[in-house]
Amino acid sequence: MYPDNFRYTKEHEWVLADGDAGTIGITDHAQQELGDIVYVDLPKVGTRIEAGKSLGSVESVKAVSDIYAPVNGEITEINESLADAPEKLNTDPHGAAWLVKIRLSNPEEIQHLMSAADYLSYVGAEK
Amino acid sequence: MIKKVTTHLSQNEALLFERSSPGKKAYQLPELDVPAVDAAVALGAENVRQEIEGFPEISEVEAIRHFTRLSTWNYAIDYGMYPLGSCTMKYNPRINEVVARTEGLAWAHPYQPESLSQGCMQVMESLEAALAEICGMDAVTLQPAAGAHGELTGILLIRALLEKRGNPRQKILIPDSAHGTNPASAAIAGYAVESIKSSETGGVDLSALEQLVTGDVAALMVTNPNTLGVFENNIVRVAEILHKKGAMLYMDGANMNALVGIARPGDFGVDVMHLNLHKTFSTPHGGGGPGAGPVAVKKVLEPFLPTPRLKRAGKKLAFDYKRKHSIGRVKAYYGNFGVLVRALAYIQAHGGPGLRNATMDAVLNAVYIRKALEPYYDLPYQSPNMHEVVFSDSRQAKLGVRTGDIAKRLIDYGFHPYTVSFPMIVHGALMIEPTETEGKLEIDSFIDAMISIAHEIETDPRMVKNAPYNTRTSRVDEVTAARKPVLRWKPA
Repeated sequence: MYPDNFRYTKEHEWVLADGDAGTIGITDHAQQELGDIVYVDLPKVGTRIEAGKSLGSVESVKAVSDIYAPVNGEITEINESLADAPEKLNTDPHGAAWLVKIRLSNPEEIQHLMSAADYLSYVGAEK
Repeated sequence: MIKKVTTHLSQNEALLFERSSPGKKAYQLPELDVPAVDAAVALGAENVRQEIEGFPEISEVEAIRHFTRLSTWNYAIDYGMYPLGSCTMKYNPRINEVVARTEGLAWAHPYQPESLSQGCMQVMESLEAALAEICGMDAVTLQPAAGAHGELTGILLIRALLEKRGNPRQKILIPDSAHGTNPASAAIAGYAVESIKSSETGGVDLSALEQLVTGDVAALMVTNPNTLGVFENNIVRVAEILHKKGAMLYMDGANMNALVGIARPGDFGVDVMHLNLHKTFSTPHGGGGPGAGPVAVKKVLEPFLPTPRLKRAGKKLAFDYKRKHSIGRVKAYYGNFGVLVRALAYIQAHGGPGLRNATMDAVLNAVYIRKALEPYYDLPYQSPNMHEVVFSDSRQAKLGVRTGDIAKRLIDYGFHPYTVSFPMIVHGALMIEPTETEGKLEIDSFIDAMISIAHEIETDPRMVKNAPYNTRTSRVDEVTAARKPVLRWKPA
């Protein structure tokens, strides 16, 4: 369910890093909790993001939730396809429905995030 | 079994635009008894138009039927219990309406001279005094138009005071159980917001608070009782921790229906708070209000209150506009005056002992519901509740039925839904607030409905998931409505 090559946050984002190139999304658990997602608000390319601070938001029929940056960096690309098809976040949150691509300020930072196994037990405990 | 309601015919109704046909009108004017004036001459031809494009033209009977038919599609407190937690949907006594229609009050104009407005000003003076007494505070402004507006006003007052002391500071602390308007108000007033995690019992964690209150913190915004309906037992200690660091305690008065006549926020350390007259003080609520969100403060904040302030000189009341520390007006004129009149009527009709009784009945009703429904629904926080009770859907969720589904099934039973999925600290919350309005018969009928739904979920969860069935429209497709909103009517 949760890919081993991703790193995870307590706020239910994932990040996949390859050197200083990273991809950020929300987890399957997050999409389940949010319910049907109807709108995604993402930052502009070039925006600096700060670990722990909001980089955008996801709106479902239940609530609007912040997306928190897992690491420091700069936005290099956003997933434009989500504007017309936010429902993709409900069906493929770990794949086609990635949110943003970034350049990490410090690739080491992902070491502080949870592994897939840790995240799985974290989500289990939260329930 | 559904006992409270049965289906009956209701009229379909088109939009007024669809009913329109040229030349119809719903008014009759008397014959002119003064010389006719040509508007084009008096105002200039460029300021006069012959028609308003697309303006519906209908007859009087069509106008009356239009709104009457629409009103039968609605649910209202006058039909029955409206247990929408946190909203305090209490009955609006008709005496309030009689008083508000008093000719001198209903027809007063905000621009009429002060000498002709003394009665209205006295209403405001009396209400300010009554609210200050109820809250245990020193001064009240009646200007803010509703709760969130009151919050913003209160935070601006705190900012003004701290600025005068030399440093407005940067942060406002807000518990994670708070109403969403709290962080929004703090942010609009220019503060960063820091969330505080609730303790196991749903209260403010004192040791966490002690660490968080630094010289950067302007205030804590707390709701008491909180959104679980639980009284913050440590509130005096919370106030001490803040005051020691020069920070203020703001109280969201949304839940004052649990305190009026019993406990006064001013006595337990609150510096500034707002009230929702449309909740606690029985003025009409929902359907567009309007509301009123007076703000009560301790003396130290009084110089900063919005202008104009009422000022008494002997027998005469006047408006004082010259207050150099004031944050200025927060609303045109003097607040939603008609609402203020109703609230004062409610307070004076009850008197002190009556208000106290209302509070005790509100708490009794909520505790009664808690005890009756506890065997059927999960109660995540065990602390004693006051005027509302919050269950979670965790038992029903195992069968795939969520709080929103239970709420929709409740509509079939003839009740307005409770508050769904709030507070956020309870997963799948069912937030129920009966208010003091309801007698035992209505509450028992609500309890029976909730128990019956719990049984239905065990035997036929799918049926509940597709509710409601007895309404004019079946379950609305909220997802498509949000993803592909149709925001404008267009002619066919």
